[in-house]
Amino acid sequence: MSDDDQQLRVSKIRNGTVIDHITGGQALNVLAILGIDGTSGESVSVAMNMPSDRLGKKDIVKVEGRELSQNEVDVLSLIAPAASINIVREYDVVEKHRVERPSMVEGVLECPNHNCITTEDEPVESRFAVVDDGVRCEYCDTIIRDNLPAHILAD
Amino acid sequence: MRHDHIISAKQLSRADIEAVLDHAAAIAEEPGAYSDRHADTLLGMLFFEPSTRTKMSFTTAMKRLGGDIVDMGSVESSSVKKGESLADTVRVVEGYADALVLRHPMEGSAKMASEFVDVPLVNAGDGAGQHPTQTLLDLYTIRESAGFDDLTIGIMGDLKYGRTVHSLAHALTNVDARQHFVSPESLQLPRSVRYDLHQEGAEVREHTDLDEILPELDVLYVTRIQRERFPDEGEYREVAGQYQIDSETLAAAKDDLTVMHPLPRVDEIAHDVDDTDHAKYFQQAHNGVPVRMALLDLMLGGEPE
Ligand SMILES: [Zn+2]
Repeated sequence: MSDDDQQLRVSKIRNGTVIDHITGGQALNVLAILGIDGTSGESVSVAMNMPSDRLGKKDIVKVEGRELSQNEVDVLSLIAPAASINIVREYDVVEKHRVERPSMVEGVLECPNHNCITTEDEPVESRFAVVDDGVRCEYCDTIIRDNLPAHILAD
Repeated sequence: MRHDHIISAKQLSRADIEAVLDHAAAIAEEPGAYSDRHADTLLGMLFFEPSTRTKMSFTTAMKRLGGDIVDMGSVESSSVKKGESLADTVRVVEGYADALVLRHPMEGSAKMASEFVDVPLVNAGDGAGQHPTQTLLDLYTIRESAGFDDLTIGIMGDLKYGRTVHSLAHALTNVDARQHFVSPESLQLPRSVRYDLHQEGAEVREHTDLDEILPELDVLYVTRIQRERFPDEGEYREVAGQYQIDSETLAAAKDDLTVMHPLPRVDEIAHDVDDTDHAKYFQQAHNGVPVRMALLDLMLGGEPE
């Protein structure tokens, strides 16, 4: 608790989101999920491989002026299952919650099978069931195990 | 059993499977008794890729139940050519028919289409995905010729891309069959199928050489290894040649081994096997009619005997 407070104080953000307890080494993938590559000008700070009682090593990402959508949180939970989301307004954490592993992610990932009907111009959203070792397309059964951020649908 | 749509053999429980097979057996026994069962029923045929055999089998089944078909015709002559989505096509055609049969080159197409219609839809093959009526007729043939008790089956050929094989292997987990998979290393089962089989508690036994297990088998299910899976003709010939059988190969098998093939075959089963008691692949193809009659009858509200 006090440990957290201290780290949140390191470079405080005014309005935005602090994602804490990210699995060590996953911070850049978290940024990929949020579609942040630095070109759109948000102020972002990243701490990687910080000591953590719970995780051994953890990453922290702070994004000014941005809150996360449920879809983003769902995908984030798959690569950083212990992450907590802190919503900051006027320098205060007004809301804090842990991510939950969803049973399904919809409309976020693109099926890597180019012959899957969800990749066509049809009125249907991609839908993946979360399974033990990845996510699985509900339409064609293709399993994505590695590098989920690379499969995020472009807006 | 009352399923609105038949998309994948995976959705069928052992009880569902037995209900279809029992009903198919009753129909095969006395086909004439069902000939006006579904008079005035129209089956909408949506074949987005040519599959003459499957289409004929469904057409025969519907007509033998007293009904008829309405056929979209070839894709070249339809609105699909003008860029209509599949979701729109099925919503239009469901207004013409009491049930739909869909064959489409893309995986997941039948599942998606079923989400847009209220009439029952049967998947007649979605790309490399599912083809549940093929699986049911395979199961019917296996039950008829070898039975489901204490069954040892070998599945051989292209196990990587062969959807028939994936669907059959999954369905066989319902009957506790011992399954052996025989293929070149480059054409072994894909991981999504392996995952499913493990989930269902099946032990996946893989072999590159048929001789290792041939003497134990009650059923040998042979599939075609396609030329386009290999970079060059020479490699194809060398590899595919090891997975062809003839009457000499079968000398090492049990006398009552059943040999099956989804057809068409090219050279993976030599013609000299046709005259042996092992050959059940033509019977297997014929079984498609009573099995599809049974499935359509149950889907359209018929009660099993
Ligand atoms: Zn897919």
